[in-house]
Amino acid sequence: MTQTVSRPGAGAQQVPLPLDVEAIRADFPILSRTVREGKRLVYLDSGATSQKPRSVLDAERDFYETCNAAPHRGAHQLAEEATARYEAARATIGAFIGAPAEEVVFTRNTTEAINLVAYALSNAATAKEEQFRRYAVGQGDEIVVTEMEHHANLVPWQQLCERTGATLRWLGLTDDGRLDLSDLATVVNERTKLVAVTQQSNILGTINPLEDIAARAREVGALLLVDGAQSVPHQPVDVTTLGADFLVFSGHKMLGPTGVGVLWGRYEVLDALPPFLTGGSMIEVVRMEGSTFMPPPQRFEAGVPMTAQVIGLAAAVEYLQQLGMDRVQAHEEALTGYALAKLAEIPGVRVIGPPDTVARGGAVSFTVEGIHPHDVGQVLDDLGVEVRVGHHCAWPVVRRYGVPATTRATFYVHTGYDDIDALADAVREAQRFFGVAQGEVS
Amino acid sequence: MQLQSMYQEIILDHYRNPHGRGLREPFQAEVHHVNPTCGDEVTLRVHLDGDTIADVSYEGMGCSISQASVSAMYDLVIGRPVPEALETGEHFMTLMQSKGDASVAEKLEDELEDAIAFAGVSKYPARIKCALMSWMALKDASARALAATPTGGDKP
Repeated sequence: MTQTVSRPGAGAQQVPLPLDVEAIRADFPILSRTVREGKRLVYLDSGATSQKPRSVLDAERDFYETCNAAPHRGAHQLAEEATARYEAARATIGAFIGAPAEEVVFTRNTTEAINLVAYALSNAATAKEEQFRRYAVGQGDEIVVTEMEHHANLVPWQQLCERTGATLRWLGLTDDGRLDLSDLATVVNERTKLVAVTQQSNILGTINPLEDIAARAREVGALLLVDGAQSVPHQPVDVTTLGADFLVFSGHKMLGPTGVGVLWGRYEVLDALPPFLTGGSMIEVVRMEGSTFMPPPQRFEAGVPMTAQVIGLAAAVEYLQQLGMDRVQAHEEALTGYALAKLAEIPGVRVIGPPDTVARGGAVSFTVEGIHPHDVGQVLDDLGVEVRVGHHCAWPVVRRYGVPATTRATFYVHTGYDDIDALADAVREAQRFFGVAQGEVS
Repeated sequence: MQLQSMYQEIILDHYRNPHGRGLREPFQAEVHHVNPTCGDEVTLRVHLDGDTIADVSYEGMGCSISQASVSAMYDLVIGRPVPEALETGEHFMTLMQSKGDASVAEKLEDELEDAIAFAGVSKYPARIKCALMSWMALKDASARALAATPTGGDKP
């Protein structure tokens, strides 16, 4: 893998990009529209949600036009075909992360996948079935998160602790935007039931050293949940080497449709968990006195699933596989190095997060001295540059770095150097507009 | 550029030189309001004299729109009875819902004074909350201040 390390002041270098940006852009219908009175759409908000290539939209449409039916019910031909397409998609998506199909549970999104695990762990405490009590969380137990987590990987654990009397602990951050693992051995201890950590920070861009955390979790017998919402779309992820018990991610951040996310779990662990949502599809036998449940993954998929979205997500996975996840990562790394260098050339701009591309993904958050991020975002938007502003659902992170909010640019397969040039130009325009432009760095 | 329609010079003036900023004594009620989608915050105190707003003092952080809005509000409500001030707040809300309709702004121009400059914000749905936050805080704090002093503000 290429390491494009940028140094502030070294000048922004345009190394050849691994992906053919123009060809890829042609696959995304939305990128041909304009915004704000004819401006080219410079979409730098893939970290919030990604745009969709035509093949994903076609896959969804094709399902509805040719074999729409509720899978796993009914014996008619459409139901058979819908079930086959749904399960084939599960296998495709599983293979993308190195997992067998039976370990892939479809949820609404990452948030729901995390809630599923959190509720299963508290439901375990009161499960009437002995085999579902193995991972029960209760008083005296501890759950460990990090200060870097998206609210989706923080609030469900706070709530689990409130429901069960368990204690929430967390790993802090260093000044340069990395996890502070100096107290890993004490924070993760014999009382720890589960460690929940993001693989790639949605705000700082940091890629976390999961090996160290996984090793410590294994040592104390704690489960490890990895939030892959920002990693699975942007880098190769293989659950056979991840060292985790759970991996969660969202389809809509990886070129897929909204409304579908994934919970991967080691089968042995999934099989020992009670259900979260209950109802149709997930039952084995139902009597008025009580019910028994299907094995995973069906146990965790109550109701008619988001079939078309799952099929759309499989098409997204195929699109990414054709590009190659190694190249996707290298592409974004080159863009990140360039963006960090371009931003470093602008006086008054401060990047919140690692200053170079070492163990870093393509989320670049920054502040502009003298201009609130909302106002920065407004000027950028006026020029067609669409970024995210605010606390990025990671309020503790912005608090940790003493800023009220940040402006965040995120990159993807259709992002090119021209997009980053547009970003840098727009930031300078914001400085001019608000009268805070400073002299250039010499 | 469309930006000038939102960032009127009056707004930028209030942002750079806010009126009435800072938390002051005395006060009957203090509230803290946040805009959870973006993290804007305002702490606002109301001091009543009878049912008249004798002082509104505040601290906050946020974008130019939210900070300028509280400053413009300060000018509009000091020395006025609570019901009247809140009615002006309702009219400001109407302005924010006008989606840039100039006829709405025209009708409210005299009453809203500097705050009429926020008319352009009504074209940007994501920013309307920023402009309204201080008015929401005022409504909340006034209600609490009135409740805290059943006979009305300070005794003479």
